[in-house]
Amino acid sequence: MAQQKHVSLFRQAANHAASFGAAASAFLVLAPLMAIFGYLVFKGIGSINLAFLTHTPKPVGEVGGGMANAIVGSMFILFIASFIGVPLGIGAGIYLSEYGKSRYSTLVRFTADVLNGVPSIVIGIAAYALVVLKQGHFSAMAGGVALGIMMIPTIARTTEEMLLMVPYAVREAALGLGIPQWRSTLSIALRTARSGVITGVMLAFARVAGETAPLIFTAFGNQFWNLNPNQPTAALPLQLYVYAISPFDEWHRQAWAGALILIVLIVVAVSVVRLATRRGSFAGSH
Amino acid sequence: MGVTIEVNNLNAWFGKFQALQDIKMTVEPSKATAIIGPSGCGKSTYVRCLNRMHETVADARVKGDVKVGDLEVYGNGTAAVDVRRRIGMVFQKPNPFPTMTIFDNVAAGLKLNGYRNRVELEEVVERSLRLAALWDEVKDVLRKKSGASLSGGQQQRLCIARALAVEPEVLLMDEPASALDPISTGKIEELIFQLKEHYTVVIVTHNMQQAARVADFTGFFLMGKLIEFDKTEKIFTNPSDKRTEDYVTGRFG
Repeated sequence: MAQQKHVSLFRQAANHAASFGAAASAFLVLAPLMAIFGYLVFKGIGSINLAFLTHTPKPVGEVGGGMANAIVGSMFILFIASFIGVPLGIGAGIYLSEYGKSRYSTLVRFTADVLNGVPSIVIGIAAYALVVLKQGHFSAMAGGVALGIMMIPTIARTTEEMLLMVPYAVREAALGLGIPQWRSTLSIALRTARSGVITGVMLAFARVAGETAPLIFTAFGNQFWNLNPNQPTAALPLQLYVYAISPFDEWHRQAWAGALILIVLIVVAVSVVRLATRRGSFAGSH
Repeated sequence: MGVTIEVNNLNAWFGKFQALQDIKMTVEPSKATAIIGPSGCGKSTYVRCLNRMHETVADARVKGDVKVGDLEVYGNGTAAVDVRRRIGMVFQKPNPFPTMTIFDNVAAGLKLNGYRNRVELEEVVERSLRLAALWDEVKDVLRKKSGASLSGGQQQRLCIARALAVEPEVLLMDEPASALDPISTGKIEELIFQLKEHYTVVIVTHNMQQAARVADFTGFFLMGKLIEFDKTEKIFTNPSDKRTEDYVTGRFG
């Protein structure tokens, strides 16, 4: 009797310790994120006003002005990047899931994994050589190409994984109806895997939204409004970089505000996409 | 009206393993034919050879003649996709498309083959759901509920409706009720009685009583060979082959 009680006490203690350890780990993961966000709010919220959101930068040293052109410029560049990265990434993912066992597929996967690990500044330099030098000037298009290339590996791998997770029974049902393979993959498998694929796209988007290095040699930045893809364009991360390392207090103040805006924009973009594509209207779908 | 299925010298392999040996059978139109036999005897493989689903498995091979009506299933110019449109299939585990509504599920076969006419689609969906005895239960929630939110028996009837919507001539059913409760099973069996008037129905079943209940003809398979094929009554009351007799009387199985 006494021995049983001794064992169960130890077990209870071990159980509690493990639960506590897991909870603590989760907290440790959230803590830096909360800390960063909190600090950004603290430093930046005071500087966000209508002027900040609607004006372009004032000349060096002057007080006032805003980052409106950078905010819009970032969105413009990200739009171009998504236009390139999403179709190519999903297309590659579909190919890998359908023809996954061939030598070629192994090569594609390897390339994607390597590309994923290439430092973003190297991609920026590559885009500089491929686009900027050819065009003879910096441009939003070049920035979009650089960021788009960075999106592809994440989207391709996630799409592949999600498609492979579609149960064979679903594909079989489509085949049994006489639906051609390609149609079945696009209309049924992809639709079933939709939620996961979108997560992949959002992950890639969030990652490139904050990239600065690739934009240094491609979009270059711009103190004024620009919506021409063939011209240098302002981008939020670029603007932050320039302001943050400058010697001006005014610019530092604005950099904090810009950083906060950047985080908020990413969160908003991801939330909007999630809301727009949820399938919550279906009861009991698994 | 259903069509006749003529099978001659049908052989099938999974890699090196031969699953079917020289099957010869004639399936009558507008009748239900049951395929019975112990596990692993090749019943499912046989039926999947009829609509060219067998070859979708890696390393699977088929050799032989299958003629459905006037269509040479394994003919040189015949596309598998065309065969599968004329021969419908219902699988053992109900598999409605999980992300689609009931309406979209039934219409899937048509929509994804290019038919877009809304009025036509609505007519076909209603007709198919009525044929599958599911219309009354779902007519109010056609576009609101997903296919996967129905009960098991309803899901299977949804799959039957989906198969019927493309207007096949033959309906293959691979143990359609084995995953269902007795009441749903009863409903499916009733359905088969009605369906066989319009279609040629081939049903694989491991449940001999079910074969006796619904089928006009029965084929007994054992280890890849067709041992006996005759009117159901004869198979169950006075089989010609001893192995058939041993199986239907439960001496093995």
